[in-house]
Amino acid sequence: MTPIALEAIYRAESRHVLATLIRLLGDFELAEDALHEAFLAAAEQWPHEGPPRNPRSWLISTGRFQAIDAMRRRARYDASLRRLTHELKWTEELSVDLNYIPDDDLRLIFLCCHPVLPLDSQIALTLREACGLTTEEIAQAFVAKASAIAQRIVRAKAKIRDATIAYELPSRSELPERLRGVSHVIYPLFNEGYESSFGPSLMRVDLCGEAIRLARLVVEILPDPEVYGLLALMMFHHARCNSRVGPSGELILLEQQDRSLWDRTEIARARALLNRALLAGQMGRYTCEAAIAALHAESRSPQETDWLRIVHLYDVLLRIEPSPIVALNRAVAVAMCDGPAAGLAIVESILARGDLVEYRFAHAARADMYRRLGRVNEARAAYDRALGLTQQDAERRFLAARIAELEFASRDVP
Amino acid sequence: MKYACLIYGDGNLVEPLPPSEMEKLTAEGVAFDEELRRTGHFIDAQALAPAQAAATIRRHDGNLSMTDGPFAETKEQLGGFFLIEARDLNEAVRIASRHPCMQWDAIEVRPVRELYSGS
Repeated sequence: MTPIALEAIYRAESRHVLATLIRLLGDFELAEDALHEAFLAAAEQWPHEGPPRNPRSWLISTGRFQAIDAMRRRARYDASLRRLTHELKWTEELSVDLNYIPDDDLRLIFLCCHPVLPLDSQIALTLREACGLTTEEIAQAFVAKASAIAQRIVRAKAKIRDATIAYELPSRSELPERLRGVSHVIYPLFNEGYESSFGPSLMRVDLCGEAIRLARLVVEILPDPEVYGLLALMMFHHARCNSRVGPSGELILLEQQDRSLWDRTEIARARALLNRALLAGQMGRYTCEAAIAALHAESRSPQETDWLRIVHLYDVLLRIEPSPIVALNRAVAVAMCDGPAAGLAIVESILARGDLVEYRFAHAARADMYRRLGRVNEARAAYDRALGLTQQDAERRFLAARIAELEFASRDVP
Repeated sequence: MKYACLIYGDGNLVEPLPPSEMEKLTAEGVAFDEELRRTGHFIDAQALAPAQAAATIRRHDGNLSMTDGPFAETKEQLGGFFLIEARDLNEAVRIASRHPCMQWDAIEVRPVRELYSGS
């Protein structure tokens, strides 16, 4: 039993073990700790004794034992001993038939997106517990403070622990009511992969791939038009992966991308899915975003792109999803359509309302519009602001290069 | 990510604990640190002398000035800290919430800022 073999077992089993422990214990914290302890025990015992015949059930029963132990120890500090009573429930057991969701990761996501929680709590909790994003990454995705997200997650866990209903997987007929939360989890997961908020590399391709895989599984169980739209949207983006990052890991913007690198097969597949979503008649958020992504993916150059139609689709999207980020993206399209001054006016008005003030892309967009207007000082200040807000190395290099270009250009001005 | 967990409490309020209680508390603190070492989260931990023992220094117009006592005269004072490595803020909060001082004190969990070198 090498550390690598244990690591492989962790990757293969931890989601399943965690889902089972959450159901058994009705308590996320306990379940997480129990999982952690079970793997610590495995790392100690398996190298000497060899791995058990069924690692999964070994881990579940070890985790459960550890949880009972931890509860006994902690009961001293716990005013309420209520949780101990859960022990009684634990005898009923492990093998509920869950096979209608054919995947451990997806099962855990459906488990976490429990309707006892408000939608935003479901999403934050699931992204952290089931998808492995950190509090800080989730905060970036929702343009929120990490402490606010942490509080949301802590409260969600407390609510689950105190809920009188069982924290169980839905029956097949209850799946649709969880679908909204599940879709809203898959897309931020993709985005964290596509535009990582921290660390050395611009993209985490594994997260993008995982999000697409999950959406494919969801449409198989629930052929919902919006999930087709979501899958199409992610595939349109994913098809452009290879052109977004240069040879030394640098960020390349849409306008400068080499479109011959785009994956035409994937774009065609995404188009087919989008058409299927559009057949439903009523356009949802993801389908609308996919329609926008299609206009980019299917045009041969930025000049040939139908920016006016993109602006119109953003108008529709803004009605479906009235968020400042959508308004910002619309402003970028307006700048391409009617010139940078028109786009800039919108971005400045968003910021003046107090929205997106800490959002790096808002300042990067502003900076670019000022640059195109030849207003070098304002452009520089906005790039500096964006640089101060990003925690992502490739983005930092990109922004630093833009600032250097501005300085170089301004030296030529007599 | 690293997190500083700053323990705030009203050091004056607590009656001097009987030695047996004090011993128990110290043992719990040591056990907490040990547990963090075992799980790989521990970086450092220190208890601080009472805030009255502090000296606060500033520089005014190039001259060093020193005052007797803590930076801010508030009822609740920094009494100790521990520095941990955690996956994210929620994990840091979860770890900190188990510190034995949580019976009386509050803990401020502050992310450590990773300085960007610019290169």
